[in-house]
Amino acid sequence: MSTQIGEIQAAFDVERVRADFPVLKQTVHGKPLVYLDSAATAQKPACVVEAIRHFHEVDCANIHRGVHELSQRSTASYEEARAKVKRFLNSRSKNELIFVRGATEGINLVSSSWGRKNVREGDEIVVSAMEHHSNIVPWQMLCEEKGARLRVIPMDDRGELLLDEYRKLLNPRTRMVAVTHVSNALGTVNPVRQIVDMAHKAGALALIDGAQAAPHMKVDVQALDADFYAFSGHKVCGPTGIGILYGRARLLNAMPPYQGGGDMIRTVTFEKTTYNDLPYKFEAGTPNIAGGIGLGAALDYVTNIGLDKIAAYEHDLLLYGARKLTEIPGLRLIGTASEKAAVLSFVMEGIHPHDIGTVLDRQGIAVRTGHHCAQPVMDRFHIPATTRASLAFYNTVGEIDALAAGLNKVKEIFS
Amino acid sequence: MVHELYEETIIDHSKRPRNCHPMDDANHRAEGYNPLCGDKLKLYLRMEGDIVKDVSFVGSGCAISTASASLMTESLRGKTRAEALALLDRFHDLLTTDSPVTKDLGKLVVFCGVRDYPARVKCATLAWHTLKSALTDESADPVVSTE
Repeated sequence: MSTQIGEIQAAFDVERVRADFPVLKQTVHGKPLVYLDSAATAQKPACVVEAIRHFHEVDCANIHRGVHELSQRSTASYEEARAKVKRFLNSRSKNELIFVRGATEGINLVSSSWGRKNVREGDEIVVSAMEHHSNIVPWQMLCEEKGARLRVIPMDDRGELLLDEYRKLLNPRTRMVAVTHVSNALGTVNPVRQIVDMAHKAGALALIDGAQAAPHMKVDVQALDADFYAFSGHKVCGPTGIGILYGRARLLNAMPPYQGGGDMIRTVTFEKTTYNDLPYKFEAGTPNIAGGIGLGAALDYVTNIGLDKIAAYEHDLLLYGARKLTEIPGLRLIGTASEKAAVLSFVMEGIHPHDIGTVLDRQGIAVRTGHHCAQPVMDRFHIPATTRASLAFYNTVGEIDALAAGLNKVKEIFS
Repeated sequence: MVHELYEETIIDHSKRPRNCHPMDDANHRAEGYNPLCGDKLKLYLRMEGDIVKDVSFVGSGCAISTASASLMTESLRGKTRAEALALLDRFHDLLTTDSPVTKDLGKLVVFCGVRDYPARVKCATLAWHTLKSALTDESADPVVSTE
């Protein structure tokens, strides 16, 4: 069985990986840190910290401007990072990749720029029942402004989207289908290629929120045929404050700028401004240069390990964890889709997630408790909150055992 | 130790909250909400003049917020509005200051362990914030949030 401990450990040298993460070497409340909150933010390997340090200590200058050596170096590093993103997402061109603050800003860019131009009264935007607030609220704001309608693809009790219901929602008024690749609260991996195809057939565009997918699986925007794909750097072991919006060049070219300022213009007079080419048209102001470079280093790091290897190892961990947790009486997993990323969201009978989180924290175990910025998901399952252990490739079988032991202690206290 | 937070009385009141029911003849009500953990609480007060005659609550929340609401209801009956608000201040000090005055707090001192868990102070104070709102806002059914 693939979830046997020995086999999991033999297939992936996790101790070697862990050595790359300085943060994991600490104790919390006197216990070794067990970090199970990577869906909130992933930890950073030393090479990412080093790339950011190197930029600040050696190459620091503004980009796209100076003729001096440092500016040329920093411009080269920043644009090299964009090239790394191109390889990571397999986009056709670097010009289709816009540096943003994170997935949230990427989605807001599309809803503001594309949405304001293309959505009219009576039009419809489709999202799913398992979206993070960041893929609900921007569309809601757009719908409110335009008099458009937000429609929601429902899901079943396992946390799988009901594609037949989705099909019924599509109609000639549908302008955009915005769906998450992987659910942050449930771990469900959605059949996005199919969702995109159905949207296209209805004449709509498709945006995929890849915040939870990019860290855990190989993403190929051409294979997915997505019109837009957004992810956050900090969930892929990069720094916070940097992310990527991929968009089809044809669509991006037709969209008005998102923000005005330096770098996004070609010429400015008080009478008229002409805009820069892609991707710079959407990158007003001095960007997060260090962040971009750090993201590039992070993508190199996970690519060198191999996204396929990461996905396989995390899947083994997930199966092991699911088995271990369901052995605990009174514990119920929320989100049991057949295709799942390494998220273990659960409730325990009679014990509030917040209490679980506090007791685990005192044992050095970091989990997330609450609604995970997905309140409609909680409502769907008639629960106020869950406890979520989200795994990454630097987690171990031993850490899952520690979680299980921690949960038994929780039961002891509250029994 | 985490056992100092989840003291016996707190566990008891979280499992068997006292005065946990709606009140038909309440003349003051308020709702509290902690969006961080989804805790929700409805507080009912029956005031006769300046005196808290009866108090009850319903809601869903973690052990700390439920026990806090339960113990709060037990400590309020017969108090004047000013006394209730003064108790709130002392309770808040208990959770947030290093050397609180524990006089008059009675059973409420069991929450002193919360001081070491800053993330949980909001849980322990939700009922009390809701009380303040119920006592001070004359408009019907205000909603308070601890965010």
